[in-house]
Amino acid sequence: MASRSEVHPIAGAADVVKVRQVARSWALELKLSLVDQTKLVTAASELARNTLDHGHGGTMRVEQVENGLRRGIKLTFEDKGPGIPDIAMALRDGYTTSGGLGLGLSGSRRLVNEFDIKSEVGRGTIVAITRWK
Amino acid sequence: MERIPILKLGDFLLVTIQVDMHDQLAITLQDDLTTQIAKHASRGVLIDISSLEIVDSFIGRMLANIAAMSKVLDAQTVLTGMQPAVAITLVELGMSLSGIKTALNVERGMEILRQFSDQSYELQDANGFQE
Ligand SMILES: Nc1ncnc2c1ncn2[C@@H]1O[C@H](COP(=O)(O)OP(=O)(O)OP(=O)(O)O)[C@@H](O)[C@H]1O
Ligand SMILES: [Mg+2]
Repeated sequence: MASRSEVHPIAGAADVVKVRQVARSWALELKLSLVDQTKLVTAASELARNTLDHGHGGTMRVEQVENGLRRGIKLTFEDKGPGIPDIAMALRDGYTTSGGLGLGLSGSRRLVNEFDIKSEVGRGTIVAITRWK
Repeated sequence: MERIPILKLGDFLLVTIQVDMHDQLAITLQDDLTTQIAKHASRGVLIDISSLEIVDSFIGRMLANIAAMSKVLDAQTVLTGMQPAVAITLVELGMSLSGIKTALNVERGMEILRQFSDQSYELQDANGFQE
């Protein structure tokens, strides 16, 4: 259940920096450990860049979530871009269609506790991640 | 245009990354460094990232590119001051940065650069390349 949330645009390179700052400040507020903050912010940076570069822009929603006594930060990246034809393939280390390292999706998945991806060709992509305290 | 300053210190170039870089700034730094290494025939590049709070795959790739390009230009790159949380995260992300020399701080980094440049001069002497 979300207690509070914000939506931030991802329309240019400066927004990727902004998204990192937003993720950091929410992680700080929840008092995540420094390593957990760093992991969440790094994953946010990867996913925001994917939203921008592959999804042609979109948004990030940030919210504090609860599960029983646990609290966490959930980030949801959404775009209305071309979508991903083969998600299993895209999640492999080293898979890239853009000459990148292909570590954005697979790597950010390792950096968080929950990773959920939905994509439809021609409609867009939603990636949601959660880091629990 | 916004740029990260590059300091020339004798045979070496010194860069301190203090801002949360957007992607273009990182690309500009990579280009500027390559140009400066060639221009000054620098023997080493030290990049201090002790103020960087994250290194993602984009910045990681830029650092690896700088190291690779400086190698081609016969200069050694050393990365200094990486925060432990950043190092842990980078490894989990899947970037080992195994091709880059690292040092705990700027002083140690400078030592490595001096050693490298002394060694390669000796090597040149032994091969008779230098008078
Ligand atoms: N939001 C998205 N919309 C469309 N395709 C995407 C999206 N995110 C990822 N992809 C596809 O999945 C592939 C893998 O993404 P990943 O982030 O792992 O690698 P990359 O972005 O190509 O390189 P890197 O992130 O390492 O620089 C991309 O090359 C792209 O084809
Ligand atoms: Mg990516």
